[in-house]
Amino acid sequence: MSDARFIEALDIARYFDVSRPLVQRLIAREGRRTLKAVDGVSFTIPKGTTLSLVGESGCGKSTIARMMVGLYRPTRGEVVFDGRDLAEARGQAAQRRRMQMIFQDPYASLNPRWRVRDIVAEPIRAFHIARGDEVMERVGEALTQVGLSPLDGQKFPHEFSGGQRQRISIARALSSSPEFLVCDEPTSALDVSVQAQILNLMKELQQRLGLTYLFISHNLAVVRQVSDRIGVMYLGRIVENAPSEVLFGAPRHPYTRALMEAIPDLEMTGRIRVPVGGEVPSPIDPPSGCPFHPRCPLANDRCRAVRPEMLAAGATLVACHAVEEGREAQR
Amino acid sequence: MAAPLLEVRNLRVEFPTRRGILTALDDVSFSIEPGEILGVVGESGAGKSMTGAAIIGLLEPPGRIARGEILLNGRRIDALPYAELRRIRGREIGAIFQDPLTTLNPLYSVGQQLVETMTTHLPITPDEARRRAIGWLEQVGIPAAAQRIDAYPHEFSGGMRQRVVIALALCAEPKLIVADEPTTALDVSIQAQVIALLKTLARDKGTAMMLITHDMGVIAETADRVAVMYAGRIAEIGPVRQVVLHARHPYSQGLMGSIPPLDRRVERLAQIDGSMPRLTAIPPGCAYNPRCPKVFGRCLGDRPDLMDAGPTQAACWLYDNV
Amino acid sequence: MRRFFDSDLWYSFSRNPVTIVSAIVAILLVAGAVLAPVVAPHNPFDLASLNLMDAFKPPAWTADGDREYPLGTDDQGRDLFSAILYGARISLLVGAAAVLFSTSLGVVVGLAAGYFGGFVDSALMRIADIQLTFPSILVALLVDGVVRAALPREVHDQIALYVVIFAIGISNWPQFARTVRGSTLVERNKEYVQAARVIGISSPRIIFSHVLPNVTGPVLVIATLNLGFAVLAEATLSFLGVGVPPTQPSLGTLIRIGNDFLFSGEWWITIFPGAALVLLVLSVNLLGDWLRDALNPRLR
Repeated sequence: MSDARFIEALDIARYFDVSRPLVQRLIAREGRRTLKAVDGVSFTIPKGTTLSLVGESGCGKSTIARMMVGLYRPTRGEVVFDGRDLAEARGQAAQRRRMQMIFQDPYASLNPRWRVRDIVAEPIRAFHIARGDEVMERVGEALTQVGLSPLDGQKFPHEFSGGQRQRISIARALSSSPEFLVCDEPTSALDVSVQAQILNLMKELQQRLGLTYLFISHNLAVVRQVSDRIGVMYLGRIVENAPSEVLFGAPRHPYTRALMEAIPDLEMTGRIRVPVGGEVPSPIDPPSGCPFHPRCPLANDRCRAVRPEMLAAGATLVACHAVEEGREAQR
Repeated sequence: MAAPLLEVRNLRVEFPTRRGILTALDDVSFSIEPGEILGVVGESGAGKSMTGAAIIGLLEPPGRIARGEILLNGRRIDALPYAELRRIRGREIGAIFQDPLTTLNPLYSVGQQLVETMTTHLPITPDEARRRAIGWLEQVGIPAAAQRIDAYPHEFSGGMRQRVVIALALCAEPKLIVADEPTTALDVSIQAQVIALLKTLARDKGTAMMLITHDMGVIAETADRVAVMYAGRIAEIGPVRQVVLHARHPYSQGLMGSIPPLDRRVERLAQIDGSMPRLTAIPPGCAYNPRCPKVFGRCLGDRPDLMDAGPTQAACWLYDNV
Repeated sequence: MRRFFDSDLWYSFSRNPVTIVSAIVAILLVAGAVLAPVVAPHNPFDLASLNLMDAFKPPAWTADGDREYPLGTDDQGRDLFSAILYGARISLLVGAAAVLFSTSLGVVVGLAAGYFGGFVDSALMRIADIQLTFPSILVALLVDGVVRAALPREVHDQIALYVVIFAIGISNWPQFARTVRGSTLVERNKEYVQAARVIGISSPRIIFSHVLPNVTGPVLVIATLNLGFAVLAEATLSFLGVGVPPTQPSLGTLIRIGNDFLFSGEWWITIFPGAALVLLVLSVNLLGDWLRDALNPRLR
């Protein structure tokens, strides 16, 4: 299989039924209500690289993360894992073993009743990778790999700090030697000094083991440190998808620009920020046309009526009428 | 020099537990002048929220102030009876918390809550209070304030709700605002709006503010001075520019260094190894000594107090007799 | 063991005098009941040793008392103290078995409803709702009546004990099911469960090895409180004459027998089994209350 298209999402969508119970619906005379958490997203992750998805809460990034490892089935579209349909691949243990996920909350992602060694050993046992004493040997190796001691295996999760727990999560994810790792906000629950430890560890492991990452985050500065390519999401869609340095060097979509503008300036250069007005609309009742138009300084009638498609502009893919028409430069 | 509005002297907060007394805050001293914004930063568990809670008299039991004093306008407020403290809490100190839902009462409209706060603390009629309430909602940027004043908290979105909380904290025109992670629950674009708002309001009204957050960006943008806390003590305090760009204490340096930069990609982020000690296991000497790259003999035995370190004050033996 | 004495649970226990007293009373009663054949001075079921001459002896400390029979004797000349120990044995056996039955059923139903959700959840919970609308005594009477009508008398007597256990157990499971369902709903969405799903662990395995250990706290509390209730329910049924067979008298049976003599002056035949029942249920319930408070993080 081609390594350039190791992981692919082809126009995937996921809708959730958020209707009230039938009786209440009948009384209020309302129909079913659908939340389009993800509505037509496509991307490719070449082997050994990192694609990051950034966006504010409710933009659908975590839903995509869960679709990419099969926790949710797409309502529409297809996830392709190394040339195979994901649902089909997940039917075989040998394929399932090649993907893993790291979660946001280091307090909820480890079973509080299990000892660390059993937590880390779970994938090893599930995939029959080792047996007998060899299991604990591998657990020790996995713990060492993330900077913990094999002796930590005897303890329970509550005996560790947040950063150490996230290391345990990583050790667990790596214990079955996966190739593709979905990381859903792995550092956003951590303090900044610990965040640096975890980001460094993840980068180091990627280089050493040739891992492929799908990295989900709301923090642009974090994303810049880890990504090869970045997709900016807004209301269930990717609005801009570009190589990391291109995105930060020349952001095209008005929303990407607004996000960058909104980040406080640590260097205190006295830059005056103009925060984007308004709030993210509800994905149950998204605006017509381009979903960003109610907050966009460049919106015109076309933006209000017609939903923009993803178009290539250099190495960047961007869904914006203003970019297409060359209106964005006038700002 | 103007007299400080708030002065905290040698504050020590303890939690008696069955395994002994835990010292959550130890010897914390700082002051805030009228119109000044003091940022308080640190990792979770460093004691920043607890400092705020001690000032507004909302320490969670069994926590108690074991030593030191808190003075507001020269008057001690740390040992006041409950009723007196409540009066001060609305009138002279306003509080903003991370989760707006804990501050707003879901059973009353935002207008009722604003009017009640104002009529309790200010000598004005309910009609006047309502007029002012609409004014406050407009000032914090709630569109169509005159119509929305009778809406209930759940009818507002998260960002709007946090604005209502800010209006509620400001409406009795307190001299000091204690804001504990006021923007953490908000998305970046909303966060920027709220910060800009807090800043202008504080400046226009001359309100002093204690801004507690773990987000250095927010501090850099908003604060005049910064206190960096570590394991229940202040590690460094000084003007924001100095602390953020030229930190003196090795911990502040490590903290600032580990923030991922937005404007460039670095191969390896600076990191502080290890993690902050739990309250049950604070090492002797300087609490930072197990993680400090510049540790030397004295750090292991003696605990440093804040001492002058150029433009800032740092609790670090590197600056002794310099 | 050291971990236990170091735990918050032990700490809370050791600082709570009411709980300590309840625990001592409960342990004494349970030990007495379990070890009845060893510690009881007489065997009340050994017809050969019964002597009608000894019938209606008052307690030992009264004027007509006999040191042989510390709490007196009943109409058959049985030693009341021994009968109480043996009776408590039956009562506890029925109570514990009934609680075990309703716990197992309720936990399995609750786990399934909470974990799978959707139709499974609605169906199981509606059944629980229906069950809850019947008073448990009524359910027990109904089950007992059906079994009596359906089976010949000899067979019925043999399985009477199981009928009572089933009748009491079946009326209590919804309580367990609801609690477990609630906790399961919370646990199911936690990330450690999703992490297990990512690697393809099967649902039954996730339910039993991941979810179950994390929902047992509240179950333990309800089970303890229910033990008291089940013992009482058994006593009520036996008092009404539809409980355990008369050949194996429980505390409820003893109270019923004694009730006949209450007004003829032989008060001890009913008072002592009654007091034993009250002590047992009270101490178990107080322990359950303490456990509920001790395990509730919000009250700590």
